[in-house]
Amino acid sequence: MNRNQLRDLVIATLQNIAPEVGGDTLRDDLPLRRQVDLDSMDWLNFLLGLNKRLGIEIPEKDYARLTTLAALLDYLQHELTERSAS
Amino acid sequence: MIEFKLPALGADMDEGTLLEWKVKPGDRVEKGQVIAIVDTAKAAIDVESWQAGIVHRLIAEPGQKMPVGTVMALLLEPGETPPPAEPVTATTQTGTGESPDVASSTGALRKVGAGGNEDVPPGADSSRKVGAGGTAPPAVPEMGERRRISPAARKRAAELGIDVGSIAGSGPQGAVTLEDVEAVAQSRMPSAAQKPTTDRRAEMRKTIAAAMSRSKREIPHYYVSEDIPLPRMLAWLQESNAARPLAERLLPAAVLLKAVARALADYPELNGHYLDGGFRAAEKVHLGVAISLREGGLIAPALLDADTKPLTKLMQELADLVRRTRAGTLKRTELTDATITVTNLGDQGSHGVFGVITPPQVALVGFGRIAERPWAENGGLKVLPVVTASLSADHRVSDGHRGALFLRTLSDLLQQPEELAK
Repeated sequence: MNRNQLRDLVIATLQNIAPEVGGDTLRDDLPLRRQVDLDSMDWLNFLLGLNKRLGIEIPEKDYARLTTLAALLDYLQHELTERSAS
Repeated sequence: MIEFKLPALGADMDEGTLLEWKVKPGDRVEKGQVIAIVDTAKAAIDVESWQAGIVHRLIAEPGQKMPVGTVMALLLEPGETPPPAEPVTATTQTGTGESPDVASSTGALRKVGAGGNEDVPPGADSSRKVGAGGTAPPAVPEMGERRRISPAARKRAAELGIDVGSIAGSGPQGAVTLEDVEAVAQSRMPSAAQKPTTDRRAEMRKTIAAAMSRSKREIPHYYVSEDIPLPRMLAWLQESNAARPLAERLLPAAVLLKAVARALADYPELNGHYLDGGFRAAEKVHLGVAISLREGGLIAPALLDADTKPLTKLMQELADLVRRTRAGTLKRTELTDATITVTNLGDQGSHGVFGVITPPQVALVGFGRIAERPWAENGGLKVLPVVTASLSADHRVSDGHRGALFLRTLSDLLQQPEELAK
């Protein structure tokens, strides 16, 4: 999966929780939760959605690193590469 | 014969629209079984039967809007035999030559299938006070001028949210046919698609406005607040969550709710309802949880028996409640039975919140954002995660001194999170 495909998948997962989100208007470099109104329950559901689609379970200690969409994509890409390498 | 009436649906909600029957004549119904889904300004609600019986006749039709207290259906009591004559004609003003089934419906078809998606401050005006103002009309309300309309056309109009009264009929004697309904639907396409949302938003705003105005008019609020350090609670949560799969992770909100429910055990004057000029303490703790909706507005459905449920279960129920609130499918008891409300601004919120009590409840607990703040202790200064907890309470029932003690109890409980897990 390339980065654009991964981005589309992440946006689609996000739209399940926040249908008003538009993939084109979202800035990758700004804090995600400043752009999209996600409470802690929404965030948990978002991670559950990503887990279902990608099989990646993000531990709570990593939440703090995942502020922007770009950081989240980096993280997921890294995890996917790690997994296919092992 | 049991008259199944539209029950109270929460604070200041005096009417509902039948969306769907979950039973048909002849069905056996258990006590507590969901028999209809009713739409309100805030959500679609599952309405249960409060008695066992057999469905004799469904009076209300899907799409019909009716005041609280309206007889929606007749049920036979267990062992009762159906009466030979059609008893409904007694209350239905016949005389148009239509079949009783058709005659019993009113023309008020609105808002069907909007998908219920809003909130309602809870309000425990529960079933005993059925009928806003005690003037619930007996059977069928507002028998205005009735239109001749085929059942298929009526059903379709209800599905489309079209008021049959607005349709010109092309059938015999001006009867409205299915084609007439479809034609109107076609011509209204753009606006028909838009309207339910705006209607619902406006109605929800009105419902909140009514409940909150009543609260500020009738309830002499007092407010107290307390900063609660949470390093222990968060450390415990982090450790606990590290061992849990994603789907079972706990949110701080669940722990805060649990602590409130536990703390109330020692402060019965904060948990209950002010009705008929007096306070009635509630025996159970049903926490109304304010849940905001993406389209605006909020609902505070009840997390039932929050004091006695283990934390893991409470978290699951909270997640389920949030999901169903946003999907617009709540149970009636969840909208009527809350005994106190908690509003939690969450990690995107402000430092603190001083809420408006949902009548007829007598207290509301507010939590701001958990954030790191300077903390002075034993002559030293450190940085700790802290939450500002507040209590808005009814001065007719309790005083600020007790309110302050309640917040101290809450703070103490949050210093022993492992105890709250049980």
